[in-house]
Amino acid sequence: MAESVLEIENLRTSFNIKGNYYAAVDGVSLTVHKNEVVAIVGESGCGKSALALSIMGLHNAKTTKLEGQANLKGQNLIGLPVDKLNKIRGKDLGMIFQDPMTALNPLATIGRQIEEPMDYHMKLSKAAKRIRVMELLEQVGIKDVNRIYKQYPHELSGGMRQRVVIAIALACNPVMLIADEPTTALDVTIQAQIMDLMKELQRITDSGIILITHDLGVVAEMADRVAVMYAGEFVEIADVQSLFDNPLHPYTRSLLNSIPSNMSDKEKLHVIEGIVPSIQNLDREGCRFAPRIPWISAEAHEKNPKLHEVEPGHYVRCTCYKDFHFPEERVEDEHYVTT
Amino acid sequence: MSLLNVKDLKVHFPIRGGFFRSVVDQVRAVDGVSFELEPGETYGLVGESGCGKTTTGRAIIGLNKVTGGEVLFNGENLATMNAHERKKHMRDIQMIFQDPYSSLNGRKNVLNIIAEPLRNFERLSPKEELSRVQNMIERVGLNPESIYKYPHQFSGGQRQRIGIARALMLNPKLIIADEPVSALDVSVQAQVLNFMQEIQKDFGLTYLFISHDLGVIKHICDRIGIMYKGRFVEEGTAEDVYMDPQHLYTKRLISAIPEMDPAKKFEKMEMRKEINAAYRTEYDSYFDKDGRMFDLKPISPTHSVAIQQGGM
Repeated sequence: MAESVLEIENLRTSFNIKGNYYAAVDGVSLTVHKNEVVAIVGESGCGKSALALSIMGLHNAKTTKLEGQANLKGQNLIGLPVDKLNKIRGKDLGMIFQDPMTALNPLATIGRQIEEPMDYHMKLSKAAKRIRVMELLEQVGIKDVNRIYKQYPHELSGGMRQRVVIAIALACNPVMLIADEPTTALDVTIQAQIMDLMKELQRITDSGIILITHDLGVVAEMADRVAVMYAGEFVEIADVQSLFDNPLHPYTRSLLNSIPSNMSDKEKLHVIEGIVPSIQNLDREGCRFAPRIPWISAEAHEKNPKLHEVEPGHYVRCTCYKDFHFPEERVEDEHYVTT
Repeated sequence: MSLLNVKDLKVHFPIRGGFFRSVVDQVRAVDGVSFELEPGETYGLVGESGCGKTTTGRAIIGLNKVTGGEVLFNGENLATMNAHERKKHMRDIQMIFQDPYSSLNGRKNVLNIIAEPLRNFERLSPKEELSRVQNMIERVGLNPESIYKYPHQFSGGQRQRIGIARALMLNPKLIIADEPVSALDVSVQAQVLNFMQEIQKDFGLTYLFISHDLGVIKHICDRIGIMYKGRFVEEGTAEDVYMDPQHLYTKRLISAIPEMDPAKKFEKMEMRKEINAAYRTEYDSYFDKDGRMFDLKPISPTHSVAIQQGGM
């Protein structure tokens, strides 16, 4: 296995709600290796963005409590003072945000914005900077680099802007990239282009990538490993092929079954019962997915569920996956027994 | 007879500027679109942002002014009617909007939201009104007590059900659903899609389903029209379009759907590269010299493509 770049250990992010702290990210551990894309998937409210923001130190310190470790090249980012974080963010730790319309400064030219992190982190001459910007723009697939260099964000299309955002993230050769929903705000054909671009870039650079997304299609196309997140915890971690071929956790299986394109024809889509629990009234002792699969007996769940290594590198939380079946399958089973 | 027949629909927006803010040019948002909806079917309108799919939907229901062409609903042309005549037909066409957070008035409770169409078209006593609303609320699977709640007290999926209940209140024949599930999570999206299929059977609805999500469209639609730059690129049954795409743009769109099998990810990337290369070399055979699409030409009873007359 390649050398690890980021080691997250038992990270817990709690938000202050009316005087009490509630954990939105609840004891998450994950290791990202060199040149590896790890996708974190889950629905809104599962804590995936909160996790990303915790690593980058972008939460409001007054209302957030961070515990645990996130070691980037051996240095713990959690609890680091802002001036030290600023030395790391934009240099070793690159970020790509969801919305390219708001991630760029409308008052600065594209060239200026790509040079900015270099001014801050590297000492380069004007000419060297310009050469580097041109190189970066070419890397992200922009053809007319001299024109784009002088243009402002509003003159570019959404796909082009996202390419620029990626170029900024890559400017100082980060060892770790965090991409929070990088294709969600884009049209399908543009999304495909950006996905292909990121796959290409992964071949060139050595950086590890954390890809945060809700779209399992994007995961299948880009990730090497996947962590499925539910209610602040990872419920399943596996390499991408095993996750799609042999999904184990009930939540992963339910999610895969509720995607329209995945089903053959006009069959009914699977609907996950109930709603995502809010962090205030979440049963933190038992299996967090249990309320949404009430037809599975309580004995199937574990108390204080842990991640079990089922196969090498394939982890599943709780024991309920062994007894899990979809409700419609259960009807067939009973039918089978009675006849 | 078809329920809705759109013939050569055009919606142009003027660009004003220059001397006395005169009209200097037109944005041809919808530029000659024709399609028919049979009763009980689901017709999907797909395309990327800015292709004119939403404008088409809004022009049919009268939210955008029609520049040219006909919108025949049950054989009567809605495009040329005045507001008074139009009102008689409006109860048969309803709309479901994309964002359940902004399409419901936050200062009205659910009862007032759902009863609004009733109040516009029927004179009912408060008692009758209440019972009609309660029936509908139960029908869409919400708790009967929720009629006195306000939109912010509901989740996204529940709000979309309120929007659907409002649209169903007058027993419409045609529902225009503009990206009804785009703002929802996958599991909630599945809920709403299943529910829309269920009520389609129960109420005998016809859907015009507007979306950019090709997976959703494939799942729910019988026939599909693909739009690009205000014109139709290809039209056919779901199978025609997904299994046998003919136009270069359709191929590009279909190849952009993320591959769900991780083993094939590089295969798919190569495929996209080929199509992009073809875009450069074969562009002229799919677009005329102004970059406009050709008219649709049938290639089978159900399948038409915008290709050059006599070409291919």
